Amino acid sequence: MSDSNSHDPNQMTGAAMIVRAMKDHGVEHIFGYPGGAVLPIYDEIFQQSDVQHILVRHEQGAGHAAEGYARSTGKPGVVLVTSGPGATNMVTPLADALMDSIPLVCITGQVPTHLIGNDAFQECDTVGITRPCTKHNWLVRRIEDLAKVLHEAFYVATSGRPGPVVVDVPKDVQFATGTYHPPRKADVHVSYVPKTKGDPAQIRKAVALLANAKRPVIYSGGGVVNSGPEASRLLRELVEITDFPITSTLMGLGAYPASGKNWLGMLGMHGTYEANMTMHGCDVMLCIGARFDDRITGRTDAFAPNAKKIHIDIDPSSINKNIRVDVPIIGDVATVLEDLLGVFKAEAKKPDIKPWWQQVASWRARNSLAYKKSSDVIMPQYAIQRLYEATRGRDTYITTEVGQHQMWAAQFYGFEQPKRWMTSGGLGTMGYGLPAALGVQVAHRDSLVIDIAGDASVQMTIQEMATAVQYELPIKIFILNNQYMGMVRQWQQLLHGNRLSHSYTEAMPDFVKLAEAYGAVGMQVFKPSDLDGAIQDMIKVNKPVLFDCRVAALENCFPMIPSGKAHNEMLLPAEATDEATAAAFAGGKALV
Amino acid sequence: MTQPASAYFMEERHDPNETHTLSVIVQNEPGVLARVIGLFSGRGYNIESLTVSETEAQKHLSRITIVTTGTPMVIQQIKNQLDRMVPVYRVVDMTLSGRSIERELAMVKLRGVGEHRVESLRLAEAFRARVIDASTESFVFEITGNSSKINQFIELMRPLGLVEVVRTGVAAIGRGAEGM
Repeated sequence: MSDSNSHDPNQMTGAAMIVRAMKDHGVEHIFGYPGGAVLPIYDEIFQQSDVQHILVRHEQGAGHAAEGYARSTGKPGVVLVTSGPGATNMVTPLADALMDSIPLVCITGQVPTHLIGNDAFQECDTVGITRPCTKHNWLVRRIEDLAKVLHEAFYVATSGRPGPVVVDVPKDVQFATGTYHPPRKADVHVSYVPKTKGDPAQIRKAVALLANAKRPVIYSGGGVVNSGPEASRLLRELVEITDFPITSTLMGLGAYPASGKNWLGMLGMHGTYEANMTMHGCDVMLCIGARFDDRITGRTDAFAPNAKKIHIDIDPSSINKNIRVDVPIIGDVATVLEDLLGVFKAEAKKPDIKPWWQQVASWRARNSLAYKKSSDVIMPQYAIQRLYEATRGRDTYITTEVGQHQMWAAQFYGFEQPKRWMTSGGLGTMGYGLPAALGVQVAHRDSLVIDIAGDASVQMTIQEMATAVQYELPIKIFILNNQYMGMVRQWQQLLHGNRLSHSYTEAMPDFVKLAEAYGAVGMQVFKPSDLDGAIQDMIKVNKPVLFDCRVAALENCFPMIPSGKAHNEMLLPAEATDEATAAAFAGGKALV
Repeated sequence: MTQPASAYFMEERHDPNETHTLSVIVQNEPGVLARVIGLFSGRGYNIESLTVSETEAQKHLSRITIVTTGTPMVIQQIKNQLDRMVPVYRVVDMTLSGRSIERELAMVKLRGVGEHRVESLRLAEAFRARVIDASTESFVFEITGNSSKINQFIELMRPLGLVEVVRTGVAAIGRGAEGM
């Protein structure tokens, strides 16, 4: 290296550029696992203290932790893994983040450029494998391109509809020296400029529909949460001004408070009766940042058959994908809501929808979340209710795994604020919740972070307990233990003649001993009368806790729209007799 | 009661299929064609033909012409999905814009002697196909035109000793002074 170069602070190795770019983008924490093809980057991490690295026990854990981190902060989650198996282990979190629109920047090591394509040790075609499960990805073959690509990666991950990106960096590029430049405008990918401002003419049309609605409903989703705190504020203002009933998808919980008087509860397959009936009977539907997923719509040709539909989404490909809408508005939720509220306040007044509210009240009176109380065994719904009562008013974040416990958490835990609820919605990844809780706790050291888990899901990423212990992250793993893969069993009961094929876990670990083996705290509770005290004890412990809550083994999750049925064909718990169930699910086996 | 028809049976919509030609301007970066093709296979869309080449070297732009079939809703989805891809600049539906010219090039090899040879040359002249290779027992014709013209030419050549055909797929451009 010449003398003049050695004094240029922007001359550095590729590995140093990666760490420098993280700093320039405000990254404070990264999640990762070292390996041969990322050693130069780990060497750089060792020699600085601005970016803190959290060592996980499996790359999948790093990915989900970064997702939890991103969703609870609104900042991109950053992951660093090695080539080959490191990259392939990241595939699940990448697919998960793509489905749920979570900004992730994943740096993967790659074998040196001259070995690419040679079936080298720990080589895989990372950009090929991750292409369909990322928003975009790059293989950086030249040091000259690295700084630009890194900045572009942060831009793509966080702009428009957020999503995961992968930057694959061969080891020789990490060692090579080049010129770094800080982020600048030209690093924005020129062909990718998502539209954020909604078309004023469309907004006017939407307001006209809303102002003349007789049976309106607002159906909001994860896009409201992703758009930022202002979007949630504006959503609340819209509900206040219009007095419309509001429901939300699984991903959107917390954008409107569960204690709000217009709240109908979650909609969809396991949504409340009032939410689904309101959707079915409405004449004007305002969909905000949701995507008409099949878990929401049920039978598409009978979905809200008499409604004019307005759809606000930043992703044009979400429009008219599953459900044809009348007034699409492409743009960022906060920006569009602000314009829409402006027009509404200036030109419209809220319609009289008293008869509609009376109708909604009669649906609410069905009390669709009712369950049989028991003083002998802990009902899983009761466990969530008690957890909610014990933690409400606290600075609490909830993550979940996937299955019955997840649906019960969504039904019975009341979310008052956005970004407090992290769950794997689109991909439905068992094993998401524990590492996600880690990521949340890293970002919010003093908050109470609880993973509402199932006994089957939690075992998929249980190794991350070691990470929690290592970094003194006092996450609480609240396991609703029914010894079954509950949701699998529920479907086998409903659709497969009660043949419980491989959904019972015969060899359950002793979660208390397991916790202790990791150096965490284990707790176990069997009786409803012991539950409240145990929850208090759990909250008080300033260490990671595995809380083994033994619940009624055969309880199922209702209400439920059998897949392929319409919103008004829900099965309520009180009506879920064997015959009604058999009739409701007849012919539905082929559905997912 | 009617049969369940959830989102899983969306293809049961009875809208008729349409064939559309899409022009897509993309950043000419590694893997961009794989992305486009992966989108089609991953989401179950059809590709009838696909052509690609760099068209503006200094700006690193390539132009892809895709002929696809689907219901109007699926065609719209294809355009939206293409448009949101990071390296895609623009997607234009040449069929909807209604004012486009489509051309395809084919090379057609024949083996034959005697009357068949004479007949093939006569037909080639009628179709404005050129002989670009000849031996005493074979011809290779080059023909340019829209797809139906090429289909017709190939059908006529078949009984005259057709050996093989290679086609480029459709390239399309708009009429008039405006660029895309």
